[in-house]
Formats: sequence, structure tokens, C-alpha cells
Amino acid sequence: MAAIINSSPQPAILEEELEVEATSETMRGARILCEALIREGVDTIFGYPGGAVLHIYDELLKTQDRIKHVLARHEQGAVHMAEGYAKATGKPGVALVTSGPGATNSVTGIANAFMDSTPLVVITGQVPSLLIGNDAFQEVDTVGITRPCTKYNYLLKDVRDLAEIVREAFHIASTGRPGPVVIDIPKDITAQTAPFTYPDHLDLPGYRPDSYGPIEQVKRAVSKICEATRPILYVGGGVIHSNGSEELLELAERLNLPVTPTLMGLGCFPAGHTLCLGMLGMHGTYAANMAISESDVIVAIGVRFDDRVTGALEKFAPQAEIVHVDVAPSSISKNVRAHFPIVGDARSVIRQMLDLLPRDTEEPSRARLAPWWEQIRDWQVYAPLTYKNSDEIIMPQFLCEELYRLTGGEAIIATDVGQHQMWLAQYYPFKGPRQSLTSGGLGTMGFGFPAALGAQIAFPRRQVVAFVGDGGFQMTAQELATAVQYRTNIKIVIMNNNYLGMVRQWQELFYDRAYSSVNMEWLPDFVKLAEAYGATGLRATRPSQLGSVLERGLATPGVVVMDILVSEEENVYPMVPAGAGLKEMVLG
Amino acid sequence: MRRTLSILVENRYGELARIVGLFSARGFNIESLTVAETLSTDVSRVTLVTRCDDSVMEQIVKKLSEQVRVLEATDLTGVKHVEREMALLSVKAATKAARERVLGLVSAFRAEVVDLSDDGIIVEVMGDWDRINSLIKLLAPIGIREIARTGTVAMARSPEAPRSVALKV
Repeated sequence: MAAIINSSPQPAILEEELEVEATSETMRGARILCEALIREGVDTIFGYPGGAVLHIYDELLKTQDRIKHVLARHEQGAVHMAEGYAKATGKPGVALVTSGPGATNSVTGIANAFMDSTPLVVITGQVPSLLIGNDAFQEVDTVGITRPCTKYNYLLKDVRDLAEIVREAFHIASTGRPGPVVIDIPKDITAQTAPFTYPDHLDLPGYRPDSYGPIEQVKRAVSKICEATRPILYVGGGVIHSNGSEELLELAERLNLPVTPTLMGLGCFPAGHTLCLGMLGMHGTYAANMAISESDVIVAIGVRFDDRVTGALEKFAPQAEIVHVDVAPSSISKNVRAHFPIVGDARSVIRQMLDLLPRDTEEPSRARLAPWWEQIRDWQVYAPLTYKNSDEIIMPQFLCEELYRLTGGEAIIATDVGQHQMWLAQYYPFKGPRQSLTSGGLGTMGFGFPAALGAQIAFPRRQVVAFVGDGGFQMTAQELATAVQYRTNIKIVIMNNNYLGMVRQWQELFYDRAYSSVNMEWLPDFVKLAEAYGATGLRATRPSQLGSVLERGLATPGVVVMDILVSEEENVYPMVPAGAGLKEMVLG
Repeated sequence: MRRTLSILVENRYGELARIVGLFSARGFNIESLTVAETLSTDVSRVTLVTRCDDSVMEQIVKKLSEQVRVLEATDLTGVKHVEREMALLSVKAATKAARERVLGLVSAFRAEVVDLSDDGIIVEVMGDWDRINSLIKLLAPIGIREIARTGTVAMARSPEAPRSVALKV
């Protein structure tokens, strides 16, 4: 026994290498990865093990006091959790999956993060280097598949590059326009050893995202804004990514500017503020859509003029001159030509603008914009967000209002895509940034619950709610096991209308109510489902029960699923039909 | 519209696929593509010829410039620049008359004969895209068996600076 230990060549090699590199310790790739993640401040990883990542999981066991690993029940869930974690904290989220199906299952989550500019680092296992290209067991060309939906991706070929690549990946994921970065690591490399040194500088000569805008251009934009008689601030996710909410509030208040956030921008400006007109776009408020359509200067910050925001491009804000601030040059003048393009990070450019403003702007702005505000107030009175409440049946809008009331507007809420997402955007006035976690660009059903879970794991003491539809919840409901296993307090509110509601709405309005495969003719009993996972299940079927069910559910410790049966054929209004201009809203 | 792009990119595996993907994802064909090292072995120059309209091109050039490993992306279209391409043309010339016609064109185009056999000639010609197309057009009636073209390489003429759309919106 003793002879075997003594004959191990390991200590000799270690000493030899230590002589060469006195400051660094030799370790295997899997350990280098863990140490590098720790250097990047990673405290939580969401993942799912498999053959290609066995060495990494072995090391994770040894570093578990420093990195917590959350075992998802499906790789898509793991990546959405990482995204929820990232959106809620502002730190890059980290997911770890195996090769082949592990990697392909994570693609939806990666593409979602790419569209919504969420910083993620996704580590995928790969078959051993020598087998790559041989159709090996669980082999897939992960870098090929993820290339178009990542900000950058790596196929690691040498263990000595691992630490540097991890450092680069976190830098790339979290700077400029944030996004997901994939590191594909062949299994043999996680077993090979190298001295571990964490690089203190980066070698990325072609990657220098701008922070501040060109000052002359910012000056021109500011004087244009100060002359405008019908200006509007159109703000989005870029303000949240750059942590620019305070600066935005100051800019809006000093210039008395009306503000309309995008779906991704919800909470970047307090929705309850008198300057806030609510969300714009396909299901935006009447006042927001009218104001942007009639404006003379649009100050667009951290937005990308998405087709769900602009409606028909040829009818979009015909009289407006556009100041467009975005960190990604390719977002500017892509859909709508900008008159004052400014490449820079939202917060830094708003700071520049504030520094250029004359000392007293409030009074002159108030006077100059008085007729504009009068017009806006008229629009707000003419068509406020409204719905007909009922004593018989729970209206989905009422559900959102009750949720707001009972969470004090302070909850972190994640949604999927569809009717419930739009109603929450309309009837839950988010107070601050990083409270709304939603799948905007990709529109991913099944995103909300795991994203909320990621946020809940980041903030165990905060009220976190997954607000989902009956369709979307079934796409990632298996993560109930994860939620219960980690003893979270997550609350799941299912807006259950027994339909794929938004598709049904389009079939009703544009296909003469010919409902095709939108009726969930068979749903599980969500209360029993919750109980089967060891969670609490509650149900409300009538408006009189709603308040007490929500109240009880939110107050009950542990995982609670609240199945709320709502009106089946309620539609989201206002609605700008596809292909119409923003002013051509259907008010319901 | 025919467009010539010049791209400087770090010389690493996977980067070319990223560049090409921006075109294929939008359904644009690439007419020609050349890639080779520059003075620095760490940097490659990609010259790419495609056809698309102004707004699409602007978007693609911006996207190219945003790529992590792309150092510079320039649309040379509308900028004074030189373009060169080399082609090998295998021409059927079994008769004396045919050979003479081919050799006449070779001399008129200052091309070169690089291979001569009983029944054919391989011609090497250099020039811009138009010039090579003209020779191909003139040789076609005699009978071209095979063509191999290098694709265009291009460079902006000094002193005029290229209109770099990169990061200057």
C-alpha cells in the first residue's frame, strides 16, 4: 500500500513545474476551470452532468464550499435559470451542460439570452479531442450550432489556454452589448494538467466597446432635445444593462420629458411616475403610442426599434427627428434611420447629456412643453388601460392588479411570452430595474418559471414570482423538482385560461375565430402536480377567492403553485394589428 | 449591386465561419472570397465580393465590425481602390487556327500560356473582374474546358482613406 503511494509520479512532476513557475500551481483542466470561475466571482452554477463533464463535476464537488451547483431537471431550464440569475443580479449567469444533447437542449436558452442581451457564460462538455469529427457518442458541433446565437464561442484545444479563455469569456459576455458566450471543452482537456495562472490582462485587439458617445454629437443631440416641442424618451433594456436608471430619472425630470419604456425596459423608469406613459408598441398604451407617433424628437436610449415596437415602419413617427443612443452600432439605423446616432453605453451617454444641460432646465421645459403635456393628458384620459371586471369570473387584468397589490409592487416577476406577459406589463407597474424578467426578443414559452427560480436562488429572501400561462408552464414544469430540492420560496402563479391565449387571440381576430390547436383540451391538475413534487398547490376559480388564495400562497413558505382560472377568451388591448401603424390601435 | 468588402480579422479557426455566417443567415450569396495572412501572421485579410443593397450592406458591415475578433471591416464600394484577380483558363485548341486565335488573345490581354498540349492551352490571366470576364467571353466560342479563378483581392488607393463604416455610424 505504502509502496503504491510512494511510486506515484505526481509529486515529482509537481515539484519540477513549481520550480519553473514558482507562483503557479499545477492542476488539471477541470480544476483550472473551477478556480477561474471563482476568480470571476461566480458563486452559483446551474447545470446538468453527463459523460463529457465528469471531471468538471468531480472538481465541483471539491469546490462546493465556494461554488454552489444547482441541479436543473433539463438543460433548457438550467440556462434559463442562469439568465434569470443574470437579469436579477446584473452579474453574468453561468450554466454547465454536457456534450451532444446537453448542448442542443441549452440552445433555446442561449438564443434567448442572445436576443435579450443577457450576459451568460455557458460551458459545454465535448467529446475527447481525438474523437471530434468522428460521430462519437454524444458528439455534436456545439460551436457550429451556437455560432449564430452567441456573442462569441470557443472550442478549447489546449489546457494552457483555459484560464485565459474563461477570463475573456466573462469580459465579452458582460461588456458592450452583453450576450451569451459558450466555451466548449473536450473531456480530455479537463483531465490534462497545466500551471494555473489567472491572466491579469486581456488580448482582444478587435474588441473595444465604446462607453462614452462622441461629445460633439451628444452636444448636437442635447440642443435638439432642448428645442423640441413634442419630445419623448423611448427607453429599453440598454438602460438596465448599463445600470442607468438613476441618470435616466434625472434626465427626464430635468427636461420634463414623457417616458415610454419597451417591454425589456420595464422598470428602468418607475412606472408610477407622472412622466411615465406606460409601455409602447403592439400592446402599448394609447397615450404612449400616440405620443411617439406625434413627437418631433424621439430620444431613443438602449432600444433597437423592434418590429413589435414600431408597427409599420413607413408610418412610424413621421415628423420625428431621432436621437438614438445604443452601445451596438448595428442597432442604430437598422430599422429606423437615426438623425443623431450616438454609439455609447446608455448610462455614460445620459451622464454626458446631463453634464451638458444648462443649469435651470425644469422651468423652461415645463413652459415649452405645456401644450404637449396637455395633449398627452388628453390621450391618457381618452383611452386609459381598462377592462370590464366581473363577479363571476376572474379577469386576467384583475389578477395582475391583485398581484401588484399583494406584493406591494416590489416582487421580482418573470414571465413567458403571450397574453399573460402583456397583461403583466400593462397592469403591474414595475417600480425599479431588474424586477421584470421576461423573454422579449426570442419570445420563449417556458422561460418564466426557471428564470424566476434563478432569481430566487440569487436572492433567497426576496419575493420572486413566476407569472406564467398554462401552456408555457408545462414546457418547463419539471423544474418544480429543482425548486423544492433547493428549498426555495418561489411562488408560481398560473394564469390558466385553458388556451394558448395569444395565438387564440390572433385566430379570433384574423382567422374568423377558427381555433386551430390552441385549446388545451387536457391539462394536468396543477394543484396535484405541485403536491406530487412536494410543493403546495392552491386554486382560485372565482373572483371572491382570488385575493385570499394569492395572499395565502404568497405567505406560505416554500414552493407554492397557484392555479388561477381566468376568463378564457379575454383579449389583450390596445392592439396594433400586424402591418398597421402605431396609431391604428384597436382599443377593444 | 456588386460590392467588395475588405476585412481584417484575427487569424484563428472559426473566424471565417462567423464572417460567412452573417451573409448566409440573410440569404446572400458570396461571389468570391479570398483569405490570407497579412504582414502579421496573427491577422488575416478577407476580401469578399457579394451583391446586396445599401441598407443591408451597412447592417452587415456594422455587424462585421462588432465581431469580437474582427479588427476592421471596410466597404470598398464607392471608394477609389484597385481590384485584382487571377484566373486559369483551360482552352480547347486542337487545330493550328484555334491555337493562333488563343495566342492572339493571350497577347492582347497580356496573359500567359502556362501549359501547352496537343489539344489545348492553359492560359493564366490577371486583372480586375471585368477584364477577366472579357477574356472569358472572347475565349468561350473557341471552347473553354475549365476555369479556376482566385476571387478578387482589393486595396483602397492612397491617399484617400477608405470609407470605414466601422464604428463610425
